[in-house]
This record gives sequence, structure tokens and C-alpha cells, in this order.
Amino acid sequence: MAGQNGHPLISARGLVKRFGDFTAVDAIDFDVRRGEAFGFLGPNGAGKTSTMRMIGCVSPVTDGTLSVFGLDPVREGVNIRARLGVVPQQDTLDMELTVRENVVIYGRYFGLPRKELGARADELLEFVELTERAHDKVEPLSGGMKRRLTIARSLVNDPEVMLLDEPTTGLDPQARHVVWDRLYRLKRQGVTLLLTTHYMDEAEQLCDRLVVMDKGIIVAEGSPRELIERYSTREVVELRFDDGRRPDDFGYWTEGLVSRVESLPDRVLLYTDDGDAASHGIHERGLTPESILVRRSTLEDVFLHLTGRSLVE
Amino acid sequence: MTSLALAARPFEFFLTQYRRVWRGTAVTSVVTPIVYLLALGVGLGVFVDRSTDLAEGISYLEFVAPGLMAATAMQLAMFESSWPVLSAIKWDRQYHAMLATPLRVGDVLLGHQAFIGGRILMTATVYLVVITAFGAIASPLGVLAIPVALLVGLSFSLPIAAWAAHSESEASFVAIFRFLILPMFLFSGTFFPISNLPAPLEVMAFLTPLWHGVTLCRDLTLGDVELWSALAHVGYLLACCAVGLALARMTYRRRLVV
Repeated sequence: MAGQNGHPLISARGLVKRFGDFTAVDAIDFDVRRGEAFGFLGPNGAGKTSTMRMIGCVSPVTDGTLSVFGLDPVREGVNIRARLGVVPQQDTLDMELTVRENVVIYGRYFGLPRKELGARADELLEFVELTERAHDKVEPLSGGMKRRLTIARSLVNDPEVMLLDEPTTGLDPQARHVVWDRLYRLKRQGVTLLLTTHYMDEAEQLCDRLVVMDKGIIVAEGSPRELIERYSTREVVELRFDDGRRPDDFGYWTEGLVSRVESLPDRVLLYTDDGDAASHGIHERGLTPESILVRRSTLEDVFLHLTGRSLVE
Repeated sequence: MTSLALAARPFEFFLTQYRRVWRGTAVTSVVTPIVYLLALGVGLGVFVDRSTDLAEGISYLEFVAPGLMAATAMQLAMFESSWPVLSAIKWDRQYHAMLATPLRVGDVLLGHQAFIGGRILMTATVYLVVITAFGAIASPLGVLAIPVALLVGLSFSLPIAAWAAHSESEASFVAIFRFLILPMFLFSGTFFPISNLPAPLEVMAFLTPLWHGVTLCRDLTLGDVELWSALAHVGYLLACCAVGLALARMTYRRRLVV
């Protein structure tokens, strides 16, 4: 059976999605293996959601090939969707039904028997800590609770793969950590996770492997650590300056101290393997920024290096 | 898996959702015919019966009641296929939830229309019971007015759903109601024979599905029905449903498969 023995579970070659004249996804290749958490990292408009929707068999492929569980989305959409758990970017919960009814009716869409669904819904609501709200309507729930309910609902058919499109966008930090924790547990249970995000911390927390997308193409691929090693330095020195005191050229101040300088409107980033040595060095040369921060490189730096832009604009 | 088995699932969703509001709609579907029949059939009917002779001793109540029943099916179809369809696409997005599962666009359309059809059947049945209680049914054939009302309803709900799936906002629904549904309600033979209209308007009224429904419902409750004309009315209504279904399939697909 496809998907086992190291065959990719999902595979795309030259995958294209066009809307009229606009090319949202421009010939991308990727493979997702069973059991891994695979991410699409990129800013809004990078083509992440279009890619997810094609994998979810709700959006037809314009060109190229896509195989999910070794099946063709055009002919086998029904059978593929039966094995997926989808958490869409925009909630599709029914506001008038109760929390529990939302899970049960969603299970009915998969043709699961009503008898089994009661127990299944209770179990899933416990997993996402919504047992106490089971008989409340969805409308008054917080954003984080709605997201958790969407996750519970998407698990009703015991999916092999979960498609999570921006799973924590719009949630406060605490609610995000609760969602991440549940996704971790699912991953440990062997569920393959596919997620899109424009948060580098989310990608770093959750993904074993990811592709960085920008303007419809994949600009890099690897594990978060590999990407940082390949496209950035170990540490970054962030400099901020008072108005008018920022030098136009950093060549003199940083010569020999850092491997790369990235000048952003609000700050200057110095890429180096030893941040303390670099900040000490520029200080000795007489550069006095308003603030200096030494930190580790993140995927944000990778994205900046690859595209010259920030992830969240 | 047949399409019908799959369409049963969205049908079940709309039924589940309906369970929350059924009491209100049940009261409405009993009270509405009583109020209409009292005001128009009994109240206005006294004047009409005094001044005109409709035909072979038919009272105005007997004349207007089956027409109102068909027109009610049309109005219910208008409401159930406009806002709820656009909402399932755009606001509450329940269609999108369904389409992420094994259900297909055709199943979603069919399931939703089956639910609307069920609502129309229920409402029409209650209407006929009330008409019977008013003593305005002359023939047992009148019971066939229920499936005819269903056909009238679907001949509107399918094209209206097609339009709703094509719409970006609800603004057009009010216009459809005001400029299509309301004139049809008033001028398609519900309250007076369309032969009373000026010739061009009579032709327009003749082309509306409602006129065919009103006429057939009336022929059935009065027990004055000819097989060939009945088949022609049913054929016309079925044709309208078929066109509506084809349009709805097209607009649903265009809107939901992108």
C-alpha cells in the first residue's frame, strides 16, 4: 500500500494552481512522509492555502501531478477526503448547534453510525478540554475554544493526515500553546500533520520538516535546524537607533565582525556566530545604538535572507 | 455509494438545525392559513359571493384556498433557498464543512433541497388540513394538491438557490421578493382568474409556474380535473424544476469548486 515502506504519503510534482491570470502556486514539488509534521511557512499570499485546498481535494489542480495516499484527487476525491481531518483557516462550525452536536453531525458526513458517534464525540471533547461546554451553543465560545472544537471535529473520522491551515492565527499566546500541545499529542499518536503558518515559532515548535514558500514557489526545504544552519548564522545582533543617529553604511563598523548585515526600517540585524563578540567589537569601534539585543537565529531570519522581506508585514 | 445515500447526510444536518426552531415554524404554518382563510375566504368572500357568480356555485373561499396553498409553497421556497443558501456558502459556511468530508457539491445541493422539499410538504399538508376544516374541499382528489404544492415549491426553490449561490450579497433577495414573488402572488390566479387581466399580462401570468400550480391545486380540491390538462401542468412544473436544478448545479459548482 502506498504511504508505507518509506513511500511518500503525499507527493506533488510541478503542482500549479491558477485563478484566471493569477498564479497562486507555481510548479512546486514536495513529499510528505507518514508520521511527520510537515509545514508550509510563508507570508500571506504565498500559496499555502491554495496548496492545502488542493491536497484536501476541494480545489482542482490546474497543472502538474498530486497524489494523496497514492490516489488521484480528481478521481478519488471522496475516498481521499474520508481519510483526512481538515482544520480550515476560517471556522466552518455551526453557530446554532451545540458543541457536541457539531461533532456528531460532522461524523455523520462521514457516514459514521449515530450510536458510535455519541461516545466518540465525548471522547474528542475531553481531548480538547471542552467537556464542560458540550451542551452549550458554539456562538459564545472564545476563539481558542472554537479552534479546539474544530480540531476535535476534524478527528471524528480518525484521520491518517490532518490538514491544518493557520491553526493558531488570531489566538492569544495561551490559547496557542493549548492548541500546540494537542497537536503534539496527535503527532505522538502517529497522525501525520500538514500545517501552514506564517508564525516562525509555530513552525519551529511543531514541524519536523518544512518548506518555505514565497509568491507561489518553494524557496527552501529542510528541518527548522537545517534551514537555520544553511541560511543563517548561529546568532543575531539586533541594533536599534534613535531618530537620526543611525549610520547609513555599516561597512566600517562591522568589517570582520559579522558575516552579513540586514538593514530593516526599524532595526539593523548583524549575522554572526558569536553575538557577544560582535556587539563588543562594534562598541569598541564607537558605534552606540540605543539598544543591542543578542539572540539565536530563527526561521524569520531564514525567510528574511531568502526573500529580503519579513514574514509578518 | 449512491448520490442519494450521500445526500441524506446534509439533509440530516438541516434537520438537526431545524429541530431548534421547529416549534415556531409549526405555529406559523397552522396560524397563517387560518388568518388568510378567515380574512380572504370568509371576510372578503362574503362580498365576492354576493356580487359575482364564480362558476357552478363555487364559493370564493373554495376558489381562493387552494391558490393560497400553492402560493404559500412558493413563498416558503423563496425564504428557505435564499438566505440559508448564501449563509451556508458565505456566513456560517456549513457547505464548506460538508465539502471537506466525502460529500460532493451535488450531494450538498440535493440534501439541502430535500430538506426544503420536506418543509414545503409539511407546510402544504397543514394548509390542506386547515382548508378541510374550513369545509372548502369538494373532492378527495384534493389530497393530491399536496404533491403539487411540493412541485410548485421546488420549481421556485431550485432556481432561487441557483441565484443565491451566484450572489455576493443578500441585497438581491429583497428585490426578487418585491419584483417577482409578490407580483406572482397577486397576479397568478390566486385571488382572481387570470382571464381578468389585460391580454399581455395574462400571457405573462400563464408562463409563471405559480399559475400552473394554483390552477392544478384548484382543479384538484374542486374535483374538477381533466387528466390531460393536469399532466400538462405537472409537466410544466417538472420542466421548471429541471431547469432550476441544472442552473443550481452550475452556480454551486462555480462558487464552491475553485
